[in-house]
Amino acid sequence: MSKLIVEERQVVIPGDVLAEGMDFLPGKGAFREGDNIISSRLGISNISGRILNVNPLAGRYVPRRDDVVIGYIKDMSYSSWFVDVGYAYEASLSMKDATADFIERGSSLSDYFAIGEIILTRISNVTKEGNIDLTMKAPGLRKLHSGKIIEITASKIPRVVGKQGSMISLIKDKTGCSIFAGQNGRIWIKGASPEAEKLATDAIQLINDKAHTSGLTEKVGVFLEKHTLEMQK
Amino acid sequence: MKYTKRLDGRKFDELRPMKAEVGVVKNAVGSARFQIGKTVAIAAVYGPKDLFPKFLQKPQNALLRCYYNMMAFSGSGERVRPGANRRSKEISMVIEKAFEPVLDLSEFPKAVVDVYIELIQTDAGTRCAGICAASLALADAGFDMKDLVCAVSCGLVGDQVVVDLDKTEEDFEGGAVDIPIAMLPRTGEITLLQLDGEISKDDLKKAIEAGKEACQKIYEIQKAALRAKYAQEVVA
Repeated sequence: MSKLIVEERQVVIPGDVLAEGMDFLPGKGAFREGDNIISSRLGISNISGRILNVNPLAGRYVPRRDDVVIGYIKDMSYSSWFVDVGYAYEASLSMKDATADFIERGSSLSDYFAIGEIILTRISNVTKEGNIDLTMKAPGLRKLHSGKIIEITASKIPRVVGKQGSMISLIKDKTGCSIFAGQNGRIWIKGASPEAEKLATDAIQLINDKAHTSGLTEKVGVFLEKHTLEMQK
Repeated sequence: MKYTKRLDGRKFDELRPMKAEVGVVKNAVGSARFQIGKTVAIAAVYGPKDLFPKFLQKPQNALLRCYYNMMAFSGSGERVRPGANRRSKEISMVIEKAFEPVLDLSEFPKAVVDVYIELIQTDAGTRCAGICAASLALADAGFDMKDLVCAVSCGLVGDQVVVDLDKTEEDFEGGAVDIPIAMLPRTGEITLLQLDGEISKDDLKKAIEAGKEACQKIYEIQKAALRAKYAQEVVA
């Protein structure tokens, strides 16, 4: 006599009963209390067979292995840098993962990355204790110069990128900006003019506000079309 | 002393008009405003982030830190001295305790989550409005919670059990007992219960029951506010 109470893709809040009965199992963001399965976070319900999940709609970034993120250099020690990637703890980038160069003993680490600089980096490992290791050894990873960075909710980054990057290439094409969306919700934009950067920012903000609606790519397409015409005038 | 009719004309179990809105502080991880009558609370959540000094860190959990504050201009004309005082420190502490049973911060050991609660306008029931706002803000910040927390004051004015006392009732010349109560709406568990005054056992039971019923009404407002913010993102 089990009964599902929520539908697929419905907004649920902490304490909502998702289902009654023992035929369902609590997945991510849910727990069992007596016969009921209860949501423990604000999110969208996801029913995969017998398992009930709640995918977060809000909240800070939770790092995962192989995520490419934008980080700020916060501190350094003798052999590593500490990087803010938007999580509760700072990530560490060790010297051997930072560069292939031979670094002579006693030379200054800030020749490579100085405090306050911004890097595009990849998460190579996340431990249970919350230690995050970073690496710069992959194609495309580098220090970011000029341009601007905006922050949106990390859970909406997949929408900014789109299927096979469809959304982000649309914005790149229409605005002529180079854009990189880090998995941690930070997006780097560099365009030929401040107007172009502004347009790209507005488009991304539009995605952020309407992230889970259908036909989003078309909406963004129309938005960009309209405003590029205005810019050319 | 008899209290036959409420000073503002409400029924004895009637709450003041309520309003709630989620996401009012854009720079915060989560935020909310909760208004009940003339009492307005704004809560903003920041973190999890590094916690210093180090001896405050909890090895298996994040620390929840609440800051309750009444703004200088919030009261009835008397200027509230800014900054922490004995009263606000105690209220901050009981608010922290009110969230302890629902909030799961074990994902963030050694870190801290800060909740700032500002009362911009006050007319009694501030800690309750603060808890209601903080509960919404924490949910908005995406933390794991077993339930929302609803809070209201109940008590005795003269000889009558009432819910949601306003300032004029708290100061009723025939005597008043103010009982702030915070509850988990699904299970009915009480996470905060304070009492200021003298009350008989029977009246206390009646007051708590009335408070619990009132909490369910607040819960409906809270749920609607959270859904209102997120539903528009989801529905086409």
